[in-house]
Amino acid sequence: MPSLCRDCLTPFETGPRCPACRSPRVLAHAELSSLSIAHMDCDAFYASVEKRDNPALRDVPVIVGGGQRGVVSTCCYLARIHGVRSAMPMFQALKLCPQAVVVKPRMQVYVQVSRAIRAMMEELTPAIEPLSLDEAFLDLTGTDRLHGAPPAVTLARLVRRMETELGLSGSIGLSHNKFLAKIASDLDKPRGFSVIGRAETADFLRPRPVRIIWGVGTATQGALEKAGIRSIADLLRWDRADLVARFGSMGERLWHLARGEDHRRVNRDEKLKSISKETTFFEDTSDPDILDGHLWRLAEQVADRAKAKALSGRTVTLKLKKGDFQLLSRRHALSDPTQLTDRIYRAAVEMFRLEAGRGPFRLIGVGIADLAPEEQADLSGDLLDPDAAKRAKAERATDAIRARFGHDAIVKGRSLR
Amino acid sequence: MKLSIERGTLLKALAQAQSVVERRNTIPILANVLIEAEGAQVSFRATDLDIEVVDRAAAMVERPGATTVSAVMLHEIVRKLPDGALVNLTEDATSGRLTITAGRSTFSLATLPREDFPVMASSEYSSNFSAKAPELRRLFDKAKFAISTEETRYYLNGVYMHTSTGESGPVLRCVATDGHRLARIDATLPEGAAGMPGVIVPRKTVNELRKLLDDDEATIAVSVSETKVRFATPAITLTSKVIDGTFPDYTRVIPQNNTRRLEVDATEFAKAVDRVATVSSERSRAVKLSLDEDRLVLSVNAPDSGAAEEELAVAYADERLEIGFNAKYLLEIASQVDRENAVFLFNSSGDPTLMREGNDTSAVYVVMPMRV
Repeated sequence: MPSLCRDCLTPFETGPRCPACRSPRVLAHAELSSLSIAHMDCDAFYASVEKRDNPALRDVPVIVGGGQRGVVSTCCYLARIHGVRSAMPMFQALKLCPQAVVVKPRMQVYVQVSRAIRAMMEELTPAIEPLSLDEAFLDLTGTDRLHGAPPAVTLARLVRRMETELGLSGSIGLSHNKFLAKIASDLDKPRGFSVIGRAETADFLRPRPVRIIWGVGTATQGALEKAGIRSIADLLRWDRADLVARFGSMGERLWHLARGEDHRRVNRDEKLKSISKETTFFEDTSDPDILDGHLWRLAEQVADRAKAKALSGRTVTLKLKKGDFQLLSRRHALSDPTQLTDRIYRAAVEMFRLEAGRGPFRLIGVGIADLAPEEQADLSGDLLDPDAAKRAKAERATDAIRARFGHDAIVKGRSLR
Repeated sequence: MKLSIERGTLLKALAQAQSVVERRNTIPILANVLIEAEGAQVSFRATDLDIEVVDRAAAMVERPGATTVSAVMLHEIVRKLPDGALVNLTEDATSGRLTITAGRSTFSLATLPREDFPVMASSEYSSNFSAKAPELRRLFDKAKFAISTEETRYYLNGVYMHTSTGESGPVLRCVATDGHRLARIDATLPEGAAGMPGVIVPRKTVNELRKLLDDDEATIAVSVSETKVRFATPAITLTSKVIDGTFPDYTRVIPQNNTRRLEVDATEFAKAVDRVATVSSERSRAVKLSLDEDRLVLSVNAPDSGAAEEELAVAYADERLEIGFNAKYLLEIASQVDRENAVFLFNSSGDPTLMREGNDTSAVYVVMPMRV
């Protein structure tokens, strides 16, 4: 079976260890040299950046997030061992893991690192589709001759380069379409490299729960459960027409995905109409602090995605689902487009304030729509909020200096502590 | 109710009423105008529950009474009648219709009972004063372009009318801002206005008010309470709720230490801005001002569509400065200048810029720059 050493990148035929460097990190798969759609996902991205920049944090559990928002943005794997998860309220996280060090997110730094990773990917293929600051799809089809190696080797090089040059690890999922590549990258985290080949696609999917399908959240899961569908195997028993009749266009998607079919292309110029993030709560809530924390976190995710895609939005949207499933959607047109977390969050909060009394809510979502290129974003400040102008200005000045003199030309004082 | 009225008089009275009526109504009676005939006068009352307008006109009242009919429809009918026609309005209580006849035309409109018509509760006004129409017109006309349309910052959706102290004593002041530009307009404080509560007059009210202010000779009776404001002429009374919110402290926003002074002919400036902005992208419309000694270069560089540049002779004696603005904002503030040169006071390319007419501080504008 074709194998590859993930440490020294030596390809070889078969064996438990690399014949060259004796490393046990061996990747072996029959279709290793023929698969070319990949998903790269950084491992605990924010937390890893923090650990990299402050070695004192290396061996302690690190939680990024908090401030007054009180929600975990990201946590390192040490914290995960204790049961800490992203989106968890901070007090709960600290109860599970009192020894954790809480670090405030430094978005400018993450954006900068994300751009560096992006630049490395740009050298491999033009077909990159960033999903957020720390993950992207790559289509390496037809790059074998260019890089003198099959995509699997090129990808292993990419993560190795990320580790040596940026001090950050990532996990790779390699398969024959985006749906499976995204699933694969999650199978073997951190520092993972998973392959789902054409031959085993059906066997791989069959026993999995339906929530493995991207876009199947709590609500869809509940609806499927009512129809007796829990696993992909259950889905496979359904007729295509019946699925469509019951679940509409979602049914059509499910039918294809259950068969491991996904014809979406990796497309950097995908014409996005909006960027949004939402979350469904375990328990309906009307607690303003919890909801405020989620608004911030969602706004941050939306801004991340916008920055990764070099886009901005002229409209901020707020989505709320009440306990009785009634859906409230609110839109707020900004005077000029934005990709800043701060502005998205503030607009969302203003809208939320008017609806806050209508809770408890089971879902909250934040998004931007009416998209514009980032060149048009945040060009002008707000007279009534001079601090916002200063914050935006500081961020841009930092970006500009780093663009010219390198990342370390200007750093925040606290990153030196 | 039965009355006759001259078409022109009726049209004028209805025009104001029908513009207050919202086009899309969930409450049917709000689409109607309440017609009340009494003595030698007929009044037309319309409301959207936030604004109420009552317009009075002389008429030959044969039989007093009151009813309500669709404001828009009645206005349309009267508009289409020939000039100089005598219009008869007759309410038929049994059929519940209002018959309108003029010459050989007859119309019959459905009515709703007058009892159902919501009449705005009267208010105790704590301040009453009168102001000349041109004074009020200047206050509101020069401020209203800066009113915000952002629904979330609802307290910016109007003109903040209040009393303050200007350079030469107490003033009646109107301020509007949308966070990108701000207008602060002062007028001599009318007698009786001192101690008036500051109120945010909603945008729609400002627009309706404008129609009362066309006559230079008119005197407007203004009444203000914490919750309502009323503007009245002998013929028209406009009552409006004010925006229930706190207007932000705008004084912090007005730059005090901008020293780089540019003086330019406002009309020439506006024309030049308009010309170069032609090639700017539809949405951002950014124009760059490059200032050097007595020289202003306006330029637009839109990678997708093209570039434009124009040079103007100006008075400027400070160090070189490059600063960008939204063309629309520049045009709007430049068009407020009507007598003297426009004077811009800059600080840096990132700070708010102040604009006024000559050295007149009774109307100042602040505009936020834009990165270019």
